[in-house]
This record gives sequence, C-alpha cells and structure tokens, in this order.
Amino acid sequence: MEMVLQSLVSGLLIGGLYAILGIGMTLIMGVLKIINLAHGQILMVSMYITWTLWYYLGIDPYLSIFISVPVIFFLAEAISKYLLNPLIEKESILPENQVLMTVGIGMVLVELARSIFTSDYRSVRTAYSDKVWHLGKISISFPLFVAFAFSLVLTAAMFYLLMKTDLGRSIRAASQDKIAATLMGISSEKITIFTYGLGSALIAAAGSVFLPVYYLYPDVGPLFTIKAFVITILGGMGSTIGAIAGGLVLGIAETFGATYISQGYRDAFGLFIFLVVLVFLPGGLKRFTKV
Amino acid sequence: MKDINLKFFTITKYEQIIILLTIIIPLLFYDSPYMQGLFIFIMMWVVLGSSWNLLAGYTGQVSFGHAAYFGIGAYAAGLPFMHWGISPWWGLLTGGITAVVLGYLLGIVVFKLRGPYFALGTLATAEILRIIFGQEEWLTNGHNGILYVTTWVDKYPYYFIIWAIALATVFSVKALMKSKAGFYFLSIREDEDAAKAIGINTHKYKNISMAVSTFWAGTAGAFYMIYMGFIDPEVVFALHNISIITILVGIIGGVGTIWGPAVGAIIMVLVQELFRSAFFGLAPQWISKVHALVFGLLVIFVILYMAGGVVGDWDLIVKKFRKFRLKKATK
Repeated sequence: MEMVLQSLVSGLLIGGLYAILGIGMTLIMGVLKIINLAHGQILMVSMYITWTLWYYLGIDPYLSIFISVPVIFFLAEAISKYLLNPLIEKESILPENQVLMTVGIGMVLVELARSIFTSDYRSVRTAYSDKVWHLGKISISFPLFVAFAFSLVLTAAMFYLLMKTDLGRSIRAASQDKIAATLMGISSEKITIFTYGLGSALIAAAGSVFLPVYYLYPDVGPLFTIKAFVITILGGMGSTIGAIAGGLVLGIAETFGATYISQGYRDAFGLFIFLVVLVFLPGGLKRFTKV
Repeated sequence: MKDINLKFFTITKYEQIIILLTIIIPLLFYDSPYMQGLFIFIMMWVVLGSSWNLLAGYTGQVSFGHAAYFGIGAYAAGLPFMHWGISPWWGLLTGGITAVVLGYLLGIVVFKLRGPYFALGTLATAEILRIIFGQEEWLTNGHNGILYVTTWVDKYPYYFIIWAIALATVFSVKALMKSKAGFYFLSIREDEDAAKAIGINTHKYKNISMAVSTFWAGTAGAFYMIYMGFIDPEVVFALHNISIITILVGIIGGVGTIWGPAVGAIIMVLVQELFRSAFFGLAPQWISKVHALVFGLLVIFVILYMAGGVVGDWDLIVKKFRKFRLKKATK
C-alpha cells in the first residue's frame, strides 16, 4: 500500500515537471502546427545559462529564471522570425520543411553547447538539492515539489493569458483558423513569432527548475523533446489543461511502470501510451475538456 | 558512350560515368584504408538515404524512424550468429526480409496516421525498439552488444559489396518510379484523399513503398553488422545518428530525386570528415571540434535557400552562378 502511495506521489511530482515541458510544446504545436524538434535543445540551452550563472556568479537556479527566460524568449523569436517563418511561403516537396528546420536548429544548438562546455556531465549542488520531506512513510523531494508547484502556477497563468486577454484570444484564433484570423485583423505572422517565443520561454523556465533535479550534458535534449510531444498528443494540441493532465498521466504511468514492471522500460511506457492515443484517441484528452 | 536501355529503366551516359567513377576513385586510394573506410560509409548512407527517399520523398510518408529497420537488419544478421553461430553473412539475405516484415507490422499502426503524426509515430516505434533491444538481455545481450570478428582485414571486398547494394538501391528506386506504382506513389504524396478518390488503393501502395524502402534499410543494417563486427542497440537504433542523419542526407541532396540522396551522402560524409580531420591537418586543430556544427549550419542553409536540395535545385544553382559570373564580367 505504501509503495502504491509512494509511486503515486512520485509520479504526480514528476508529472508536474513534465507538464511544464508540455505547455510550451502544446502552444507551439497548436499555433504553428509544427512539431518543434528543437524543444529539448532549447531547454538544454536554458539549463546551460542557469548553470553558468550558478557556477560563475553563484546565482540560485530558481532566481536565474529571470535571466534565462528573457534570453531564450528573444533567441526563440529570432529563430522563428528568420529561420521558421520564411519557410511558410517557400515551395517545397515536403510540407514538413519547418520540422526539418527545427532538427537543424537543434543540431546547431547541441554542437554549440558541446564546443563551449564539452560533453562533460554537470550538475548544480544547492542546499536544497537533496532535501526530502517525510509525510508518514512517504517521502517528497523538495526540488520536485518546487517544480510541481511552479508548473501549477505557470499553467494557471497561461490559462488566464489564453482565455482572458486579447493576446490570448488572438493566439487561439490563429490556432483555429489562420486565414480567418488574418481577415479579422490579427497579424498571424506576429502571432506565430510571439507564440514560438512564448513556448520557448516556458521551457526556458522549466530548464532553470529542472537543473537541481537532472544532470546536464549537451545531448540531454531529445529525451525531453520526446516527453514533451508525448504529453502534447496525450493532452491535445493547444490545450494547457490537457498538457497538465497529460504530464501527470505520463508521470504516474512511468513511475508505476518502473516500480511494478521494469525500471529499464521507464522511457518506453510513455511512447507506448503515445502510440495508443494517436491511433485510438486522436485529439487526446482535449476531446473531453474542450479547452 | 551511349545510354543503355534496359527493360525497366535506362542507364544514361552520365550515370555510366558515375558508376565508372565509383569504381575507379576508390581504387586510386589503394594504400589508404582510411579513405576506403570513408567510401564504404558514403555508400552505406547512399543506401539509407535512397531508401528513406522512396518512402518520404516520393510517397510523402516522412519517416523519422528509419533506424528501426536499419537496426532490425543488423540484429537479423547478428542474433543467429550469437545464439547458433550462423554466419552473419546470411544477414544480407535475411536482414532485408526481416525489416520488410517489421515494416509491415509497424505499418498497421503508423499508416493510420498522417503528416506530422506519421513522423512522430515512426519516431516512437524506433525508440521503443531501441529500449526493448537494450533491455531483453536473454535475447540480444543488451547493451553489451554482439561481437563478430570480421572476415577480411582488407576493405575493398566490403566496398564492392556495399557499392553493389547502393547501385541496386538507387536503380530499384529509379525502376519503381518509372513504373505505374511510381506514379501512384507521387499521387499519394501530392494528395492522399484525391488519390483514394480516383481509385488508387493507397494503403496497398504505401505498403509497397514501405516494403522496398525497409528492405534496403535492413540490408544496410546487415552490412553494418558484417563490416563493423560490433552492434549494440544505442548504435543501430540511434535516433540522431541514424534516423535524423538519414533524413538530412535526403534533404541536402534533394528529396524526390533519384540521385539526391547519393549526392547528400557524399556531402554529409565529406564535410564532416574534412572538418573532423581539420582539412587533413592543414588547418588549426580546433576546427575538428566543430565538424557536426558545420553540418548543422549546412542543413539550415540548404532548407532556407535550396528547398529542393542540391540535385533538386541544380538548375537554379547553375543559373545563379552564371548570373554571378556575368555580373563580374560586365564590371
């Protein structure tokens, strides 16, 4: 019984972590209609920014959010403006050109990180890295709990932004029908650039929050990219509520799978769920929540 | 030199020149196993790139998981050796067939998906296979991999084997694209619903395209086992080093062209190797660290300015070059 509860709690906490990953991806997929395969790599860049600030200036990883987020936001806006948007009008045989571009961008980011920081594993040791709370016989890791709380706050903020503000309405309009949105006076170009920036800024925040939990090396990205699109497909494109539900489901499925089936298959459960959802529940959880 | 007309396709005089060059050039480097190794890798990527190109470039099913077929081909050669001592050379026959069977089974799931979902689905299947082959140690020896002492030290026999496979791949794609099936593939790529509406059995033809594509990818995998003498799941099912690089080879050379992936393979291997060796020691050593970075930048450049790839946009490149020369002359 304790094992079940412990797995459930760990799963929920990890799921909160995954949810932040998913929110950024779901926004980008919803509006730009592309799979951002550079997602994990942008997270990696944010983690390196955070690590550098901590290592050389001693800034707490949680505080460096205020630096990593704006930096990544402008970096992503530039990527979107100069590399992704020009491809929309280009004639090409494969419609997936933008996706392939994100692959190229991801490669460049990884190799840049490798040539600056080498392939060594790095991590941040803070006073709270190993801090654990005990509730009866159940243990809760402090950094994971912070990440979980942070993702809830972030989801609420994103939900408010998307539902209640003009900007959010424009984003939702552009994700539903680009041409109609343009006819209503929304500059779909500006919206796509902004959305890519916003989605990337969200994972930049995730990067700073993840650093006390995960090891950092240049190839860390793809692992997170895959988790992010599993969550996005699970939750439904463009749905923030779906992203948090998807993140929690993935986290719990992985933890229970790792506890009761096999630790080695941890990363496979998500992919399996992903395939099942793609084939049997297209549209994901968004079909039930509608937002 | 004249064009040779065969039953299913023509070998143009340019292609004959290419074939001759691919025989002569490696023979010039008889004292450099390093260069011979490079040529072998180029040919391996020609096989992988062309096989991906048939499925993605011609049929429009952009697979992000070609490592699945490459890997299963390698294991089809390696597993019988590990368990029963059967020579991996049989893999050249069985590797392709095993990959076709796997492709058919995975196709049942992934062909239900379209566009970006298909891409993600294939990516997921390849990753799942990588994890399974890493975990089931009783079957695959897990991450310790399979070791086989290679038959020959000399590299030429290997070169001509993979050379023959590469030619067979390229010309099978050419023959297929000249046949009726080829036109069906194109119609599926352009508009799957319209293709279905005019009575094309799209499911069947997607499977045919998949079968040919996976056959060659599996054969390439089996060759990798024989040539390298060592495989493990992280190498042969690699997401980046196999699946993604296969796509980039196709993109750089030109999707939907017969010789595009071949050109892409040459560019990919040569650019990376030139930088890795710091232009054979002529340039400062730090350049060797950025070989993959340069390749990434090249990919971005090609997608931005040559959407059709080097072969697909060749006329455009020539035209631009002429204009440039004209400008220089008038100045």
